[in-house]
Amino acid sequence: MTLIDLANPTRFLALTARVLPWLAAATIILLTIGLYQSAFAPDDYQQGATVKIMFIHVPNAWLSMFVWGVMSVASLGTLVWRHPLADVAAKSAAPIGAAFTFLALVTGSLWGRPMWGTYWEWDARLTSVLILFLMYLGLMALWRAVEDPSRAARAAAVLTLVGAINLPIIKFSVDWWNTLHQPASVMRMGGSTLDKSFLIPLLVMAIAFTLLFVTLHLAAMRNEILRRRVRSLQMMQASRVAFSSEVGTGSREESASKEAGAA
Amino acid sequence: MTALAALIRRDIRIALRVGGGALIGVLFFLTVVVLMPFAVGPDLALLSRLGPAILWLGALLASLLTLDRLFMADHEDGSLDLITMSRTPLELACAAKALAHWLAAGLPLIVATPVLGLLLNLDMVATGAVALTLLAGTPALTFTGMIGAALAVTLHRGGLLMAVLVLPLSIPVLIFGVAASQAAITGPLSFGAPFSILCALSLVSLVVGPFAAAMSLRHGLD
Repeated sequence: MTLIDLANPTRFLALTARVLPWLAAATIILLTIGLYQSAFAPDDYQQGATVKIMFIHVPNAWLSMFVWGVMSVASLGTLVWRHPLADVAAKSAAPIGAAFTFLALVTGSLWGRPMWGTYWEWDARLTSVLILFLMYLGLMALWRAVEDPSRAARAAAVLTLVGAINLPIIKFSVDWWNTLHQPASVMRMGGSTLDKSFLIPLLVMAIAFTLLFVTLHLAAMRNEILRRRVRSLQMMQASRVAFSSEVGTGSREESASKEAGAA
Repeated sequence: MTALAALIRRDIRIALRVGGGALIGVLFFLTVVVLMPFAVGPDLALLSRLGPAILWLGALLASLLTLDRLFMADHEDGSLDLITMSRTPLELACAAKALAHWLAAGLPLIVATPVLGLLLNLDMVATGAVALTLLAGTPALTFTGMIGAALAVTLHRGGLLMAVLVLPLSIPVLIFGVAASQAAITGPLSFGAPFSILCALSLVSLVVGPFAAAMSLRHGLD
């Protein structure tokens, strides 16, 4: 099974119909384990119970960037390989990514209130994630503003690739600038600085959220394909109605002209 | 090379003549800056503190609004098709068009800055700093805004949608432009660091902008 085999939407629908229940089940199981573990993780000696926000916040933040990465690959698929499902993937990923980014921002500011004493701080990491959120919304606006999906797909692909410049800025913003947001502690040179009792629930949650994204994304792609089919059927029906009425008026005109000629 | 020079000359000439609209940008810049004291009150101390930010915002909006038509007029009279089909690479043609636009619409903004600085109670140093940062930063605005202009012509949509798409991309330029001018005027931070990042942003957009615009023109025009 290669990527090109999935170019046929019907085959894609059949495959995802088989895969989706398993994915959903795995997501639910992992999310339950992860939530259970993070609920019973020990309190931090400084942060107390607020450390538990991290178990939601960090996976959301990871995914906010991961989804844009997926969209960038899909955009390459649209522009370079003209893969027919690439723009479906890009389009259906955008709202999910926006939701993850929004949750990352909200959980972050809920954590920031007791810890930093403020809901919002104009620091480099927060600002760049906010820009990411705005770009997600802009992309969604672009998809909604243009009726022709293939035209919108190419424009959105260009914009997604340009916006991908923001990803390394977000990732390294904590290293490049002196920020309030703490630097990377899980994925860094020389191993994680996180204690095992926090690291394991966090990793479980990260995997669970990634599975959640894959599940939601595949389901959204199915919806998008079906929506396009419905739309093209509607268009066909509309054109059939228009055509038949046109033929009707045409014949009427013809008969009218005949009558005029006879008169 | 001569083709590119001819393109630049032509674009500048069109922009400066009747119906061009390059100088409307300056007028808009002036209007935005004049509006600000009405909004925040005619407190001279406050205005001189906000001055760099106001000037930067005005320049950002002015360059964004004039960019809308960068490819549109050429698309309407058909010369964009000729440019796309010509032997000069489309990326270079896009870069030339953006450069011409910056010369015709961006430079007048910078020239107008000292006059507007007077209105905002900025001293010599502050005005010089803002003008210098605008000189380094407005190419970035033009070259990233060009992507939006190319999308606008391929989608037959302009205005608000393009502003929504392009403005997030111009936030870094705004941040470092204002940071550099504040550093030169008051700040304890050095002027060099934000100013070099601003120059870097301009250079990056100089490379990325033409490619993205050419890509969207090539895929979008049919």
